[in-house]
Amino acid sequence: MEKINLKYYWWNRWTGFALVIVVLVTIPILTLITNIFGPPGSSWGHLKENLLYDYFINTLALLAGVAFCTFLLGVSTAWIISSYNFPGRRYFEWLLILPLGFPGYIMAYTYTGLLDYAGPIQSILRNSFGITVQGGIIDIMNLPGAIFILSVSLYPYVYLLARSSFLQQSKTLQEAAALLENSRVRTFFKIALPMARPAIVGGIALASMEVLNDYGVVKYFGVNTFTTGIFRSWFSMGDSSTAIYLAAILMLIVFAVLFLENLQRGERQYTSRSTLNKPIERSQLSKIGQWSLTAICVCILSVSFLIPLVQILYWVFLTYHKVINEEFFILIYRSFSLALISGIVIVILSVILLYALRLNPSKWVKGITKLAILGYAIPGAVVAIGIMIPVLGLDKFLARHLSADGIGLWLTGSLSVVVFAYVVRFMAVGYQPIESGFQKTGIHINEASRLLGAGTSKTLFKVDLPLIKSSLFTGILLVFVDVLKELPLTLILRPFNYHTLATKTFDMATNEMVAESANPALVIILTGIVPIIFLNKMIRMRQV
Amino acid sequence: MKKTFFQLVCIGMVSLSVFSCGSKDEEVVNIYTHRHYAADQELFSRFTELTGIKVNVVNASADELIQKLELEGANSPADILITVDAGRLHRAEEKGLFQPFESEIIERNIPAKFRDPENYWTGLTYRARIIAYSKDRVNPEDLSTYEDLASDKWKGKILTRSSENIYNQSLLASIIAANGSEVAEEWASAVLANMARDPKGSDRDQVKAVAAGEGDLAIVNTYYIGLMLNDENPEETKAAEQIAIFFPNQDDRGTHINISGVGIARYAPNKENAIKLIEYLSEEEAQSILANLNYEFPINDRVAKVPLHEAWGEFKTDDINLSILGENNQEAVEIFDRVGWK
Repeated sequence: MEKINLKYYWWNRWTGFALVIVVLVTIPILTLITNIFGPPGSSWGHLKENLLYDYFINTLALLAGVAFCTFLLGVSTAWIISSYNFPGRRYFEWLLILPLGFPGYIMAYTYTGLLDYAGPIQSILRNSFGITVQGGIIDIMNLPGAIFILSVSLYPYVYLLARSSFLQQSKTLQEAAALLENSRVRTFFKIALPMARPAIVGGIALASMEVLNDYGVVKYFGVNTFTTGIFRSWFSMGDSSTAIYLAAILMLIVFAVLFLENLQRGERQYTSRSTLNKPIERSQLSKIGQWSLTAICVCILSVSFLIPLVQILYWVFLTYHKVINEEFFILIYRSFSLALISGIVIVILSVILLYALRLNPSKWVKGITKLAILGYAIPGAVVAIGIMIPVLGLDKFLARHLSADGIGLWLTGSLSVVVFAYVVRFMAVGYQPIESGFQKTGIHINEASRLLGAGTSKTLFKVDLPLIKSSLFTGILLVFVDVLKELPLTLILRPFNYHTLATKTFDMATNEMVAESANPALVIILTGIVPIIFLNKMIRMRQV
Repeated sequence: MKKTFFQLVCIGMVSLSVFSCGSKDEEVVNIYTHRHYAADQELFSRFTELTGIKVNVVNASADELIQKLELEGANSPADILITVDAGRLHRAEEKGLFQPFESEIIERNIPAKFRDPENYWTGLTYRARIIAYSKDRVNPEDLSTYEDLASDKWKGKILTRSSENIYNQSLLASIIAANGSEVAEEWASAVLANMARDPKGSDRDQVKAVAAGEGDLAIVNTYYIGLMLNDENPEETKAAEQIAIFFPNQDDRGTHINISGVGIARYAPNKENAIKLIEYLSEEEAQSILANLNYEFPINDRVAKVPLHEAWGEFKTDDINLSILGENNQEAVEIFDRVGWK
């Protein structure tokens, strides 16, 4: 009879796999850290003197500006959605999330085109009203413009987390507050807001990560940040050492933001509690009050989603006959297949990590799995640089020792490197839904199966996985969308002659073919909307 | 289910990871090009029609392309590198990425001043960086040279794009060559102070800004004017109609020009095909297409002039050795950074 062993192994093959995965995935970070101690590149001195200050100031200004604006937009919408009844509330609840599917860089081109001299707004003003807009008044290609675009596309992070928090806040607490305070507004400021603080700061931290990751918006608007500096050093100056320095500095800023967020969170977690709470009773306002709330939502939704969408549709209408051809479908196929394979790989690796954790929930396994998902906080450009260096080294090593002509550079410029980079960057995206799936199904069925004699692998495939099927699917879907939208990492690592929808959009827009770029952009936006509707359903189901 | 699943993933990974070469049966030529104009596609199709050689095109910025060529080394599949600037051609040559080539046809079609003296590269078209001025607000008698743009009378009136762009870098490189680094730095600083707004946007945006009254002068490339005047969007055309162009330094060294050029990669697998393609691009048919569709000046002087170019008339060009644009590039970039011309 087979030996039945429910003992949690200190070491088994699952832990082994997990360790391998984590080591591979932390290579970029380690590479960067070790490279800081090397000599700086030739252009470092010049850069330090003339540009470094700009990079710092601009990056900090972006962070502060976006944090402030997403706070305003996200918290206000979350509060009115969760506390008041007004016409259309049910729809706005999920419609307000839609800007997440609209990548920032696409919004940048779209708004520039909208407000441009030859764009619709100025043209109408000129032709129908005879007004020539004095240049500079509606110019968004600058730092404030970048803050606007990034805020408007990232506020849903704050909205989602704040809304979640507001909805969970115990009604009894609110009623107690209502007894003591007279005004709803004071309840908001004294009770609801402080209680939601960890969630709100978490949302702002997420948005900040995205700001630090951004390349498309700042490049287009001419705002010099660390990421544009990395690209410039790497490509224009051909100085990889300086690029690494900049990447390392950027990584430090990221860690600083994360540290601050963690610090203020303290011991609290903001995952959903399972205790039943009476849901907040939404208050009724006067008709005017209700409609003004609707108006606010309509305004925010228009600016952050509807207006840019209409511009995109218009451009597609103008240019689709030039762009939609065989090449375009190949582009879609490549983009989709790359995203799909990345999604599947990440989900497989996440399952291995989480299963190892499930079999062996010791501190050190918990620790290393946390490392694996760290990549999400690291900007795409930094990940790309961190991967390029060891890969190049490995290639040169292979070339020397295998030295067969015609093999070419095996790894550099191949898609497996790109997929590897996506794994490093987006592991967290697949990890989280599967983690919650595992949490929901619990350990007991797994234990029962193993008690009956099935080994760990058999149990995984026949018991655990089928139970979390929907989480697996969600994981693949979320990674799919994130990979599809990804820009800076793909720009650096993509194989030659291989465009994704995102890089093609960027390429066309920066080569004065902005209208044509709306075609691949539209595909990205449409695929981005799908999981949002999903996500919203998921969040609703989690709440009672 | 588990088995097929794994099989699928394995197949997927393997097929993705191989950096495959094309089949060796058909004749091909592999181009790495920075040019992003629609006219090129037409030219390549026509070339394939005429010769049966398939043209594989890879688009990226010249910097990326040069870096890739360096990384790929002897295993690079590239036959040809096409850039939109002489400076980048020079940089590629310096890095040993080109091999020299000779062809009677090319020598017949392309004047020596547009070819590298050692035959590492050749120009295919040229473009001038000129001053587009507002017809209503500027008297062309007041315009003279690039250097004059630094004078006080143009305060708050100049518009041009970022120094990140190679066109401005090469312009400054030519000024360094003509007047020396110190004067060039003073010039850059003064022009920056004369700007109507922060340098940003594309060349077209500068023209539109002049039309909108934000400034009076824009430093732009000639072919953008042609493209704007014939754009599908009538607003672009209207904007371009409000400006006229001026060729600076006519009494002096001549207007700064730059070339879009090509070199053959050092380890080109299809050198013969590459030469054939360059020859085709230098012939009247291709040159005429480039001039008519993209408004670039053809390098082959036997080509009939495009009406727009006729209207602009003859102009004197700055005939310095184009390699110098590349030699001075690094310094130009540093000057821009020091004076704060973003």
